[in-house]
Amino acid sequence: MKQEKKMTLTLPAEELMACGHLACQGCGATLAMRYMLKALGQKTALCIPACCWAVIDGPYPYSSMDVPIYHCAFETAAATATGVKAGLEMTGDKETTVVAWAGDGGTFDIGLQALSGAAERNEDIIYVCYDNEAYMNTGIQRSSATPYGAWTTTTPVKHFKNRPKKDIVAIMAAHRIPYIATASISHPEDFFKKMKKAKDIKGTRFFHVYAPCPTGWKSRPEDTVKLARMAVQNAYFPLYEIEDGDKVTLNLKLKDKKPVNDYIRIQGRFRHLTEAQVASIQAEVDARWERLLKSC
Amino acid sequence: MKKVMMGNHALSYGAMLSRSQVIAAYPITPQTQVVELLSEMCADGSLDAKFIKVESEHSAMAACIGSSVAGARSFTATSAQGLALMHEMLHWASGGRHPIVMGNINRSMAPGWSIWTDQNDSLSERDTGWMQYYCASNQEVLDTVIQAFKVSEALMIPGMVILDAFALSHTYEVVDVPDQAAVDAYLPPFKPEIRLTPTDPRAFGGLTGSEHYMELRYKLQKDMEKAPALIEETGREFEQAFGRNLGLIDAYRCDDADFVFVTSGTAGFTARAAVDELRQSGVKAGNLRIKVFRPFPFAKVREVLGKVKRAAVVDRNCSYGAHGIFYQEVKSALYGQAGAPPVFGYIAGLGGRDITVDSFKEVAAHARAKDRADEEIVWIGVKK
Amino acid sequence: MRPKKANKIVFKSAEEMPLMICSVGHQTHNLTGAWRNIRPEIDRANCVQCGICWKFCPEPSIDVVDGWPVVDYDYCKGCGICAEECPQKCIVMVEERK
Repeated sequence: MKQEKKMTLTLPAEELMACGHLACQGCGATLAMRYMLKALGQKTALCIPACCWAVIDGPYPYSSMDVPIYHCAFETAAATATGVKAGLEMTGDKETTVVAWAGDGGTFDIGLQALSGAAERNEDIIYVCYDNEAYMNTGIQRSSATPYGAWTTTTPVKHFKNRPKKDIVAIMAAHRIPYIATASISHPEDFFKKMKKAKDIKGTRFFHVYAPCPTGWKSRPEDTVKLARMAVQNAYFPLYEIEDGDKVTLNLKLKDKKPVNDYIRIQGRFRHLTEAQVASIQAEVDARWERLLKSC
Repeated sequence: MKKVMMGNHALSYGAMLSRSQVIAAYPITPQTQVVELLSEMCADGSLDAKFIKVESEHSAMAACIGSSVAGARSFTATSAQGLALMHEMLHWASGGRHPIVMGNINRSMAPGWSIWTDQNDSLSERDTGWMQYYCASNQEVLDTVIQAFKVSEALMIPGMVILDAFALSHTYEVVDVPDQAAVDAYLPPFKPEIRLTPTDPRAFGGLTGSEHYMELRYKLQKDMEKAPALIEETGREFEQAFGRNLGLIDAYRCDDADFVFVTSGTAGFTARAAVDELRQSGVKAGNLRIKVFRPFPFAKVREVLGKVKRAAVVDRNCSYGAHGIFYQEVKSALYGQAGAPPVFGYIAGLGGRDITVDSFKEVAAHARAKDRADEEIVWIGVKK
Repeated sequence: MRPKKANKIVFKSAEEMPLMICSVGHQTHNLTGAWRNIRPEIDRANCVQCGICWKFCPEPSIDVVDGWPVVDYDYCKGCGICAEECPQKCIVMVEERK
């Protein structure tokens, strides 16, 4: 009698998301949320400012999620989460993990003050920035997370974004918070492991999660995971942790770093770039990677 | 127990006796002593609360909203520029039905950069759906914070307790500090039916279409309309417990008055001295001090002013391009009422300029010389 | 068992709406399967039950039934990630028949 083989699941089976939600086809941000909740479990409270996820979980009076959510004002994710954590603790709940879940706009730009304030006070929250590199929910406008060279509606091809992406991890490291990690939706087990580790740490924990957006990047929806993987493998988005502001741990060493061009070529938002511009991107990625290696 | 304290500390004591559980605040002159004392109370254990030293007033209100929806009684305090910075979040607190109580020290809006008193800061927020209580004594400040929590939590609408910069915030008066057990009997713990918790996971404040938004706002207004009666009821309960009534208005010598000042804040107590002097010189004067501005006490205003021959509203504020704001609301209350008196509008005391007994006598002389107001604003004490 | 196919929520009056602006249920009435132009078809003969399609589905609309991946076509949006990521290449995206 042939043994019934079970499906290999490298993550817990339980889902805290119901179907019927409003994410685009192939949305990276949705995968990010799905993996985070698998690590944190149901005793989690989310504070979500204006971003794609403000809409994905459903309009009033619906929610696709099995965890409580406060939809908060755009710049207040970290401040709201701070308040929620304090309120829960004062009413006897010291177990629920409070998460500020924001996009790159609500983190790098308008939400930066509240994030910096909370981090400086070492508030006991997990702040997750899922980064799709622009203000996607409002229709693809540039943020300070938009990389050099990218088209957005406010950095059109003739004036593409010519400033580098803000280094949010370095900014957070300067606050000397207990834990910072980068993660990618292409490496869910790595994300899961780090989130589980973060769950048990007290103080401000910050995650920078790479979440490709086919709608905004003008890429094929089926390439979402592939793009995130390429970004990791070409060191455009390396996977590492920083503890207490300076202890750097590289999670994935890259033996053969792949060229950035392969990753750039399959995204419409970079289509206008010349070889020279791509080469400058490659040089920047290489330099950043070398600096990271030196800091470990 | 009687203590001598400044108005700011009366706010702190009110917040402490109300057993506030989360306080998130940012310093601004002239509010700083409120949070300094609360900080000490948290540190020495006399107040079991989390004190979050946020990095701006906008974050202060955001944090209070977070803690309130999580089920904790939440308090903050600010003034002028800080209140203005919070503006977006004031709408959020009321629209979201979060019963936060906030102390606001009435300070002039910059520029000119002023730390002294007038009312434009709080009155600029009159449309945000917050209840507004204007106090004239430190006793009233302390008492009103306690009452405000009771009313706010019954209606799930936030409220602000307002006092004049320096004239009250930094002025020392004798305050009878109620006994904690008596306050606990008057104000039970905050236990909202619906709150943010994983045991009842809901999404709060999701995208609201036109098919739902209006009903939510209708509910807010309907609940706000219950506030005047509730404030009077809780004011009577407060009187039974502590010997001091907290109602919607403070009518001084109005019953047989021909001529009434309409005032608010500390000017409302100065007006009493003017009333007494006018009475001595044969004028049947009175003073109607409006304590609760939101919800506006239409019925009470009509009741008091319906019997007088003239009303002179003294505003320590101005809605630029229109007139004094209490003046507008009083006129609105009296519109179409049979026997309504002519209402005169005066603006005085902006930027902390003193409003004195003489100011009130000037107002009375001006108003009593006319049968009808032919100017919408008369400026008192301005070097034109 | 994951919640599926609830009813649309309709309030008949302001009274019926909770005091707090909060959700009262899932939106599983929203059958997002209607969005797609192409659908994934899994060739079970070549499937090795590696779990990768299940792992990378954003909805997620791939259920595990008796150890095998089964697409829930009520909700699958047809993004194609499962087909792209399947190491066995046993998932094919086919045109929706209308």
